[in-house]
Amino acid sequence: MRVTINEKDIHVEEGTTILEAAKLLDISIPTLCHLDLHDIKYLNKQASCRVCVVDVKGQQNLLPACATPCKEGMVISTDSFRAIQARRTIVELLLSDHPNSCLTCAMNLDCELQKLARDLGIRKIHYMGETHDEPIDDNSYSIIRDPNKCILCKRCETMCTEIQTVGALTDIGRGFFTTVGPAFHRPMNETTCTFCGQCLAVCPTGALTEVNNIKKVWRAINAGKYVVVQTAPAVRVALGEEFGLEPGTPVTGKMVTALRRMGFRQVFDTDFAADLTIMEEATEFVNRVKHDGKLPILTSCCPSWVNFIEQQFPDMLDIPSTCKSPHEMFGALTKSYLCEKMGLDQEQVVVVSIMPCVAKKYESHRKELQGVEGHRDVDFVITTRELAIMIKETGINFLDLPNSDFDNPMGESTGAGVIFGASGGVIEATLRTAYHMITDSELPDTLIEFHSLRGLDGIKTASVDIEGRNFNIAVAHGLGNARKLLEGIRDGTFDVDAIEIMACPGGCIGGAGQPYHHGDMEILEKRAQGIYSEDRGKERRRSHQNVHVQKLYKEFLGTPGSKKAHDLLHTHYTPRPRL
Amino acid sequence: MQKTLEEIKDTTWWELVKRLNENPDEYYVGHDKLALKGTYYELQERIALRNIGIIDPDSIDEYIATDGYFALQKSLQMKPEEVIDIVKDSGLRGRGGAGFSTGRKWQSAAVHQVDQKYVICNADEGDPGAYMDRSILEGDPHSVLEGMAICGYAVGANKGYIYVRAEYPKAVSALINAIDQAQKLGVLGENILDSGFDFNIELRLGAGAFVCGESTALMESIEGKRGMPRNKEFRTTERGLWGYPTVINNVETLANIPPIMNKGAEWFSGIGTSLSTGTKVFALVGKVNHPGLVEVPMGMSIYDIVYKIGGGIPEGKKAKAVQTGGPSGGCIPSKMWDTRVDFESLEEVGSIMGSGGMVVMDEDDCMVDIAKFFLEFSVDESCGKCTPCRIGNKRLLELLEKFTQGEAEFSDINKLSNLSNVICATSLCGLGQSSPNPVLSTLNYFYDEYKEHAEDKHCRSAVCKQLLRYEVNENCVGCTRCLQHCPVDCITGAIRERHYIDIEKCIRCGECFKNCPVDAITVS
Repeated sequence: MRVTINEKDIHVEEGTTILEAAKLLDISIPTLCHLDLHDIKYLNKQASCRVCVVDVKGQQNLLPACATPCKEGMVISTDSFRAIQARRTIVELLLSDHPNSCLTCAMNLDCELQKLARDLGIRKIHYMGETHDEPIDDNSYSIIRDPNKCILCKRCETMCTEIQTVGALTDIGRGFFTTVGPAFHRPMNETTCTFCGQCLAVCPTGALTEVNNIKKVWRAINAGKYVVVQTAPAVRVALGEEFGLEPGTPVTGKMVTALRRMGFRQVFDTDFAADLTIMEEATEFVNRVKHDGKLPILTSCCPSWVNFIEQQFPDMLDIPSTCKSPHEMFGALTKSYLCEKMGLDQEQVVVVSIMPCVAKKYESHRKELQGVEGHRDVDFVITTRELAIMIKETGINFLDLPNSDFDNPMGESTGAGVIFGASGGVIEATLRTAYHMITDSELPDTLIEFHSLRGLDGIKTASVDIEGRNFNIAVAHGLGNARKLLEGIRDGTFDVDAIEIMACPGGCIGGAGQPYHHGDMEILEKRAQGIYSEDRGKERRRSHQNVHVQKLYKEFLGTPGSKKAHDLLHTHYTPRPRL
Repeated sequence: MQKTLEEIKDTTWWELVKRLNENPDEYYVGHDKLALKGTYYELQERIALRNIGIIDPDSIDEYIATDGYFALQKSLQMKPEEVIDIVKDSGLRGRGGAGFSTGRKWQSAAVHQVDQKYVICNADEGDPGAYMDRSILEGDPHSVLEGMAICGYAVGANKGYIYVRAEYPKAVSALINAIDQAQKLGVLGENILDSGFDFNIELRLGAGAFVCGESTALMESIEGKRGMPRNKEFRTTERGLWGYPTVINNVETLANIPPIMNKGAEWFSGIGTSLSTGTKVFALVGKVNHPGLVEVPMGMSIYDIVYKIGGGIPEGKKAKAVQTGGPSGGCIPSKMWDTRVDFESLEEVGSIMGSGGMVVMDEDDCMVDIAKFFLEFSVDESCGKCTPCRIGNKRLLELLEKFTQGEAEFSDINKLSNLSNVICATSLCGLGQSSPNPVLSTLNYFYDEYKEHAEDKHCRSAVCKQLLRYEVNENCVGCTRCLQHCPVDCITGAIRERHYIDIEKCIRCGECFKNCPVDAITVS
């Protein structure tokens, strides 16, 4: 059908919205509540903020461009005086009930409301009055909810309910005092929230943000503690974005240099622990296969996912692998193996994890993960975004930094450890090593990449033949997809042997602690490309080939799955059914 | 079915006549007509309210005695298209407020060839002071059920919902009882009157949100979600309840259907005006001698309704305005009371028909305060979804409060109209789009009052307390009674000397004025 926007004609297909049509004509219409993450089937089309209203000939009222489908012959004006004035008034109204604390807000310069106010040239708010004054929920270890900054776009609710099927957030109250939050105003840690943090990844303002641990880390460094840091695989392909680099650009070497300059005593790689995880997990898998144990086996690297199964599928807790997540394994080893090897006083050692994730913050406080003598395996978790702030705060000129290597003994990693950062990576790495364990030979280099398990499809499957036995493999990312898989396993419609589940879209590269994607899903693909090119560049691409991991078993743990390995590297799960 | 409708009518008619004849002062009993007596009723034309106060709402037999369910029987013998044609030709327009042609609405649902369609009766009446639907539901529930069944047959729906407020317990129990009776008699349920047509009705109780009377919010609520309006991408008759074609009609609209089917389109279109046919029920309230429900032919003038039926303004006060259409409507000044009450004429003068609220105001009413009253209602009832309604209306109310508290400046009048216009043009649903109407219409017709509030800090009706000045005049004998009654100790003065009121401290409670024995307190 043909429509005219700002006197330009265009032919569009039926069902195209005015916003989409305008985009085709390169006409930009400001939006706020609208968010379309097409690749993961997320669409927040509330048409509730009314920022995108446009003039349509013959219509008395202004119509929201984001949710109004084009009709044949429609004549649209996006820049009429009336539309622009109305937009300004609406943004003014939003600002009239919004704290004026932009300079100290966690979303400063990342806030979409702030950007809108700037783009529309708002200098004065003509209508002032009563404002929200509600308590801030900072009870959880991961997420801070400030209802006073909520603009009711409901992006978080759509994410939590439709994509993650968790349903922890909903509208409460009515009229001016409506907010989005947990039912009965409960704190987040008393709800079904899994702390995946995808709500805050899409929040346009500072209403949902991560718990900030920067101060605690500086304090530990300045107190002269022996602060050991580890960085997750997904961090290195995203950190550069905070310094203006193209998404997916690996900045591993610069990151290591920066961390050393900031005062960390040892800079290690979580990828090392990822290789270790594979040794343990592949052993567990092969054991289950050989001894007719419980199949499928489920990976357990994602804390949000562990939360989800504990709460929503408490009857299925015998399926997940008992392996701790890599950074927790790392923490446990630092406080045992490393202290022993380097003669360090356990009391003086502080483990900091730099993660793409906000759920890891909660995870480090799990009772099940309190290691030797009640010490937490990991003391502090900070996100990729927090690391960027720390680097900027220190005044380091990141882009000009020379590259340097991780420290040893826990700095070496194989390509298998790197791909943990993308959805499908853990199971791919497991297969590379499980093949070796079952057949005693190596999976040929040409077959090492499992392309059908990569990418942004919600549920991905593959069949792998190992010594005449066929293994069905499935990968899900996003908790809604995980729910489908689990329900399928429970009712027998899904016949699989091994499953990887990650709570965030795209896996850890799409984690809630990563630089904001602002709706651009291409960023996730570029980060994945960065991860896979790191893998391809590695000389060793199978976890069991990691020399330092082999040494670790020889010197300290014995064999994969040994008693000592179990004590340090494995955990258990607790049913936590919630309303 | 044990008895036919005709058999039931034959026996029950005479029993009903006998019962009514016991009260000859109250009822007029003709050979085929029953009515309430008295000029109040005689000036009305009762179609939707035809049975109210006459038949026993708990008796399906008495409903049948007054031709109940004959319209359904007749409709089932016609083709669905023919039924729709009659409703279309009658000119009946939705009585819920928007005034869309009922027949055309039915037709646009009928054209869709799908296995599931729905009929919803919107009984979520919520306008302050409006109780038209309630009286029909409580007094004549079967007329609504019959209307719904006819609609279901015409559009091809087998399932109906009545969305009724939980605050109407009597209406709810009347409906439950009526549905039960109708099913037992075979005029609802499977194979109605042996026609092969099935139609079932379920009740859904609203939890007290005004916005659930908005059709899309109502459907969200029936679907078990939070009652918030949807953005209107599709017509309800195309994709409504659970995505299926749905007809939503108001109680009064449905109650009009059986008489239309019985007496024909021509009879109905002969009543009222050419574009607004039939009658309309109004809840006539406020400063009027005989408040109550009145049903009059469309096109009657406001003057006739207020003075002839309502008996004029009490205590000989001067009439000032009438608010039609509830909180979304507008105020019409008394000098324009020759305006005819029909959809077009009301819109022309900046108001709406709405669901039929009619609040009469006299010289004691402050129009700024009236606008504030209606807006307060809309602010309370906003669902909070869209920005202009959620924050805009709140800010508009705060602006109005500046006027009533003597803090407004002249430039605030402009702000009022600018903000109102944005709210109207950009809100998501009808509630938001119409909520500033009381402000806009009073600004239009009573601009001077706003100006006086802003510039002179004066409220001519002495309603806005903060603008009042209490002063002690020369009549004061120094009895100290005012001083003793003042709750904030703002009056000073010795015995037998003239007292003084500190206006800064005064809270305008009026206690001094009430207690002064010698009229020594002047209120200005």
